[in-house]
Order: sequence, then structure tokens, then C-alpha cells
Amino acid sequence: MSSAQLLSVSGVSKEFPGVKALNNVSFDLNEGEVHAIVGENGAGKSTLMKILSGIYKKDSGDITYKGSSVSIPNPFEAQKLGISIIHQELNLMPHLTVAENIFIGREDRFPGGVFLDNKKLVEAAVALLAELGLALNPNDIVGELTIAKQQMVEIAKAVSYRGSVIIMDEPTSSLTPAETDALFAIIRSLKAAGKGVVYISHRLEELEKITDRITVLRDGEYVQTLKTTETSIPEVISLMVGRKVAQDQRPENRVIGTEIVLRVEGLSDQHLLKDISFDLRKGEILGFAGLMGAGRTELARAIMGADPKTAGTITLHGNEVKIKQPSDAVAVGIGYLSEDRKRFGLLLNQDITFNVILSSIPRFSNKFGFLKVKSAAGIARDAIAQLRVRTPSERQFLKNLSGGNQQKVVIAKWLTRDCEVLIFDEPTRGIDVGAKDEIYRLLTKLAEEGKSIIMISSELPEVLRLSDRIAVMCDGRLTGIIDNKDADQNVIMELATKFSAGLTSVN
Amino acid sequence: MSEALSAAKKAEDGNKVAAFIRREIGRVTALASLVVIFTFFTIMRPVFASWANVSGGILMSTTVIGLMAIGVTFVIITGGIDLSVGTSMALVAVITGKTVMAMHLNVWSGILLGMLVGTILGAINGILITVLKLPPFIATLATMKGAQGLALIISDLKPILFTTDVKGWDSIAQGNIIPNFPNAVLILLVAAVVASIILNKTVLGRYTFAIGSNTEATKLSGVKVNRWLVAIYALCGLFVGLAAVVMTSRLGSAQPDLGLGYELEAIAAVIIGGTSLLGGKGTISGTIIGALIMSVLINGLRILELQQEWQYVVVGAVILLAVYGDNVRRRRAGETTH
Ligand SMILES: Nc1ncnc2c1ncn2[C@@H]1O[C@H](COP(=O)(O)OP(=O)(O)OP(=O)(O)O)[C@@H](O)[C@H]1O
Ligand SMILES: [Mg+2]
Repeated sequence: MSSAQLLSVSGVSKEFPGVKALNNVSFDLNEGEVHAIVGENGAGKSTLMKILSGIYKKDSGDITYKGSSVSIPNPFEAQKLGISIIHQELNLMPHLTVAENIFIGREDRFPGGVFLDNKKLVEAAVALLAELGLALNPNDIVGELTIAKQQMVEIAKAVSYRGSVIIMDEPTSSLTPAETDALFAIIRSLKAAGKGVVYISHRLEELEKITDRITVLRDGEYVQTLKTTETSIPEVISLMVGRKVAQDQRPENRVIGTEIVLRVEGLSDQHLLKDISFDLRKGEILGFAGLMGAGRTELARAIMGADPKTAGTITLHGNEVKIKQPSDAVAVGIGYLSEDRKRFGLLLNQDITFNVILSSIPRFSNKFGFLKVKSAAGIARDAIAQLRVRTPSERQFLKNLSGGNQQKVVIAKWLTRDCEVLIFDEPTRGIDVGAKDEIYRLLTKLAEEGKSIIMISSELPEVLRLSDRIAVMCDGRLTGIIDNKDADQNVIMELATKFSAGLTSVN
Repeated sequence: MSEALSAAKKAEDGNKVAAFIRREIGRVTALASLVVIFTFFTIMRPVFASWANVSGGILMSTTVIGLMAIGVTFVIITGGIDLSVGTSMALVAVITGKTVMAMHLNVWSGILLGMLVGTILGAINGILITVLKLPPFIATLATMKGAQGLALIISDLKPILFTTDVKGWDSIAQGNIIPNFPNAVLILLVAAVVASIILNKTVLGRYTFAIGSNTEATKLSGVKVNRWLVAIYALCGLFVGLAAVVMTSRLGSAQPDLGLGYELEAIAAVIIGGTSLLGGKGTISGTIIGALIMSVLINGLRILELQQEWQYVVVGAVILLAVYGDNVRRRRAGETTH
């Protein structure tokens, strides 16, 4: 295989007010190579990629592309050079169709350049989607698709530029195993065509499957570049965090009382959920497993009153509670940490303090309605220290935090609210191994303090590691609740595909 | 397996129909409301439905607001707003009137001049918003005031009469190329069709929706968002210029103090027509229906001899109802508020 160098970055630095995001970082990418960039939340991975795709300007350093030194002042220039990127956060136009999104900025036109040739556009999209093996309808409105499908649109869009370098910033964080495999197939064919792929992921087990080399960043500094075949995941982790991290434990057999805190009976909704009943005990972590689309998030939203229920009752300590809207749920002590933090969980234009106290404002205001600024800032600083949020201060705006650090702030918000029942929906999405470990410890500690926790997660090892019992959903129904000691991947997968066997391929 | 597939396909077709209804229901209900209101007034006073009232009263009074509302629709779909259209219309009218009289321009040059001046005023809004990075609300509030003042200064506070030397200026709006059908209404119709084509079939239209749906993503996709925004505000100005021409033709003069307040009626028409103030969605036909609902209401209430002050209250209530109804429908359909 020829391995001519496509791209090389040397000595790149970038500073934001109060944050040295990148300090003298170098790396290079060859033709036909998949090169992973790994590092903890806030290590500077996305920043480096944004420099390569023309969104940020570097303070210093050189970028060489196909042998000549280049400057990349804006996204348009990056596209012209042949560098395309799938951003960590979805960047789509929700009101437009799949085809319109994929080809935005490059739509087919009739001669004259004014009128759109929609037929050609859709044909091109059909051809591209078929080539990539993606089951998407080009005429669907993107805002009506699931997050996973939207991610597929992003992938198709990035490939459609037909550039030489494709950057993927956490493309799999919202994909199922089957969808991840589809993505890997795409990556392999890109590789075969001699393209270079930069791959960022916190799911380190993916690295062995797909990457050729791994570059580790820590706190904005270049640490080392390794050949995938010559290293191991534990080695990568210790380079990332600078210490050893335990993996894949199971909970020690904690003794859970028999006191039932939350009881859900016969809950259904308009579209998906059918007759769901379960109990949640005091001090318990109840994991919810299932495939994407099984209805776990819908269940959480229905319990919280964010979406209407058509049937069912919710009882708290034996008393039925009427929950019509999320504030009702929070008032009786049920908190929900949403999976889609950007849309439902955070105020991106506000600072960390404001976000942390958002659900508990009464506690941080005096009787005249003024905010107790000092104690609010104090609690925010505590949270930053406890969750190790990487930020210069509690006054930093959320939009300036890295993706994983934003997630930590959402968690801090609900810890501050001090709810009796906490529903965590994908709590570790986009979170690095070190921080994951801390979040696991935190959840366990909360449970030990007597809180009851529902944890929805698509990562089975995570469910197995944390849950006392595991509830499995399929197609809007609860297909079983099993004790952790009786559970393994096979049992869970069987329950998770009970009604859809043969339709969805799982591995 | 094939059974399962065909069942899945059927379900998908069902979804498509549902999705279609969901997407179009805004306009369908707006149209239905229009028909209901119209029928109501017709039953109350049959003269309401006479062609004389419909063409001379309702349609004719829809033309100026309708033309402005078409322009504003583009701006609102981008997630922006244009508060300056009312007074800009007055300024265009004054400038066009002065120039036409001073240079003895013919009708066609006069029309083109009006549209050109409107376009320039619109482009200025666009430049303030993109280059100086002012929020659209502030930028167009400022130009609204500026245009109001300039119109009064240039006209010296006096109406500019189109004397008979400008042959045919009055027939721009009031003539009948089609018998019994005022030209102004024809202009509105043609403008609506052209605008609809621009919005749905051209690159500019596509970017109008894209910017309103997610400006940042559009920018990151390599689209030169600022340039397109200037073009969109300029296009809005073009329709305002056309509105000014129709207005002066109807009145036979350019009135420097007539226009303030029109911007809100135009915005109301756009909103009643189902265009989202948050951007990303909207239609020209909805806007036209919205403008018609407003003029049908005002005309009908006048025929019922309801006092002017109560007419305002009713119009206010209708705006509330229309937007609330739209929200309820969307929530039912399970759409999240983008
Ligand atoms: N626009 C900005 N303004 C200020 N600080 C920023 C900005 N963008 C990023 N940062 C800071 O730069 C550092 C690196 O962020 P970056 O997003 O590159 O991290 P990352 O490695 O991608 O992390 P994650 O795994 O959480 O996505 C973080 O400390 C972040 O807070
Ligand atoms: Mg990142």
C-alpha cells in the first residue's frame, strides 16, 4: 500500500480566554489510513479538528496538505481543499429534507445557476445512500428523524464532498452496534479508496476494530502516537489520563431494601409505549437496556410529564401522583437528565453557575427573590471540582465547554436539585474513560445514600456494571426485569429483540 | 418476510400521508377559516359577496399589505424580522414621486425606479445585519425611523401629486388589463406566483429555509450566509418598492406620512398564514391567505358597521386565535417547537 502523506500538522497552538486548548500539537495522516485522536474531555480534540476545517484560526503552527503549506481561513476553503468534517454536535437544518441537507451549498442547478434541479438532487442522494448502504429516504424531513438517523445524514454529507480527508468527531456516540458496523464498512471503503480518516471516539474498544494509528492528547498537549497493532487499550487509557482506570467490574452484591419508592403501572402513550409496569426501590439502580428506538427515552419523558400518557398511574411511596408537566415531576422529587443535552438540558448562552442552579433556584434566592450569588457560585465550584469539569472558572459559558464537560454540567444540575428519584438517560454519552469512572462512582454513591436511580444506557457493559436490576425494553414494551447476577449480554440481547427478531441485525 | 415488508411499506405510506397532512394542515385550516369568515359575512349581509365589494373592497385593500407581506415572508423564514417595510414604502413613494415628476419619466421607468429604490433600502438592512452584526429587530427599527424621517424631509412634509403629465400612473393599480379585474390585484397575484417560485425552486429560496432552520450549520456547510442574507433583505425591499408603486397609483400621490403601522399588519398576515417566527418554515400562499383574512375581516366588520375601535379588538383576537391554533395543532402532531 502506498502511504503518501496527506496531511501533517506541526506545532499547532490555540488559546481561548483563560484556556490553553492546544499547545504545540503535531500529527500526520497518510493516504488510506484511519488515524484516531483520543484524550479526555477538554483535551483539545475538537479544537484541533475545527482548526483543520476552517472554523477556528490557529495561533501558531503549520499545516501541510498534499505536500504544500496551506492556510484554512474558513469552512468553504477546507471543502475546496478536500477536507470535510462530521461535527461532534449535529449540525443539520431540521426543516430541510435529507437530500437538501446532504448537498447544502452544492445543490444541482439548471443551466443559468438560479433554479434548483430537485430531481437530480434526489437522484444523487439516492445513489450516494445506496453506495453507502444507508437506509434513509432522501425526501424525509431531517427534524423528524431519530438522532441516530440524523447522524447517518451527517456521515453521508461528509462523504459526499469526495474530499481526501474526512474528519469524524465522535460519530458513533448515538449509534447502535448495527449502525456502528455500517459506519465501519463505510470507513473501510474510504480507506480502500485511499482517503484519510481522522477518527475521534470515547469508545476505545472501537479503536482496535478500525484504526491504524492512535494519537493521544492530554490537556492540550501532544502525548504520543502509537501503532494500533502494537498497543493495547489499557496502555492508551493510561496515556490519556496519566493513571490506571478500572474497567468492567460488576457491582458488589449490595443489599437493597424492600421499600418501594416509585411504582409505574400500566403506562402507555399514543405512539409507542404499551402497558409498562415496574417498581423502583429505595437505594436501587435500575438499568434500562434495549435497542435504540425501544422506547426507553419515551418512557422517561412520559414519567416526567414531558409527553402525554394515554393510560397508567405513577405512585410515589404508595400515593398516586399526577404528573402533567415536568415541573410536577420535579416538585415531587423526580429528576430527569436528558439524552439530548443541547436541546433539553442546557442553556448554552449562560454560565456554569446558572446552569447548575437552574432546577433549584428557590434554594439559591432570598425571600425577596434575589439570587444568592455567592452560595450559587460556591455550589458550582464544588460541582466543578467533584466532576472534574475542565474550565477556567464557574463563570465560563456553556457553549465554550467541550462536549463531555457540558454533559458533566447537566449531571451537576440534577445533583444540586437533590431529587429522590433520578432518571439518567445515557449519562456517559461523549464522556471520557476517566470521567466515566467518576460518574459510575457517583451514581453508586447516590444509590448508597438512599436515592433511587433509573439509568438508561445503550452500552451494555455500563448497564451490567452499575445496575442492581436490569429492565429490558423492546418495541415499546417491557420484556423483562432481571437481577444483575442472572444477567449477561446474551440474556439481555434476547429480551431486547423479542419482538423484532429478524428485522434488526444485532451483534 | 415479504408480507412483513409490504406491511412495513404500507405503514410507511401511511406515515407519508400523515406527514403530508401535518405539513399542510396549517395552510388548509387558514384557508378553511377564510372560507368560514367569508360565509359568515355573506349570510349577514349578502352585498358583502358582490363582485364590486370583493374586487374593489377586499382584494384592492389586500394589495399593498399583501405585497409587503410577501417580502417579509422571506425575511421571517430566515428567522429575522423587518420592521422597516412600512416607512420604507413611504420613502420609496416619495423618492419615486419626486424623480418621476422632475425627470418626466414614463410609467415603466417609474415602476422600475420604485422597485430599485426599495431593493436598495432592503439591501441596507441586510448590510447592517450582516456587516455590523446588529440583530434584525434593532437594525430594522433604526431604518424604520430613519426612513420615516427622510420621507418627511424629502417631501417637505407635503404629499407629492402625480399630475396628469405622468400618463397612466393611475392605471398601474386601477386599470383593467383583464376586464373587471383591477390591475393591482393582478400585480399581487403575479408577485405571489413569482415569489413562490423563488422560494421553492431557486437557490436563494433553499438558503432562506436553511438559514432559518440552522444558521450555524448552514455556515459550516460552506454557504456564504451573509451574502445571501443581504440578498434576501434586498428581495424583501423589492416587494416593498412594488407596494409603494401600487400605493401611489391608487392614491394618485405619494403620502410621506402613510406607511407607519403597515409593517405590523404585514407581519400579522405572515404569521396568520402559518410562517414560524422562529424561522425555517413558511409559504407564500399562506401569507396571501393571511392577508386576505385580515382584509376580509376589516371589510366585513365595516359593512356590519362595527365601530372602528372594536374592529381593532376583533383583529387582535383573530391573530391570537390563529397563532394559538397553530401551536395546538403542532403539539397534537407531536412536533417539537423548533
Ligand atoms: N470557543 C471556545 N471558547 C473558550 N474555550 C473553548 C472554546 N472551545 C473550546 N474551548 C475549551 O478548549 C478546551 C478543549 O476543548 P475541545 O472541545 O477541543 O475538547 P475535546 O477534546 O473535544 O473534548 P470532548 O471529548 O469533551 O469533546 C476545553 O477546555 C474547552 O473548554
Ligand atoms: Mg470534542
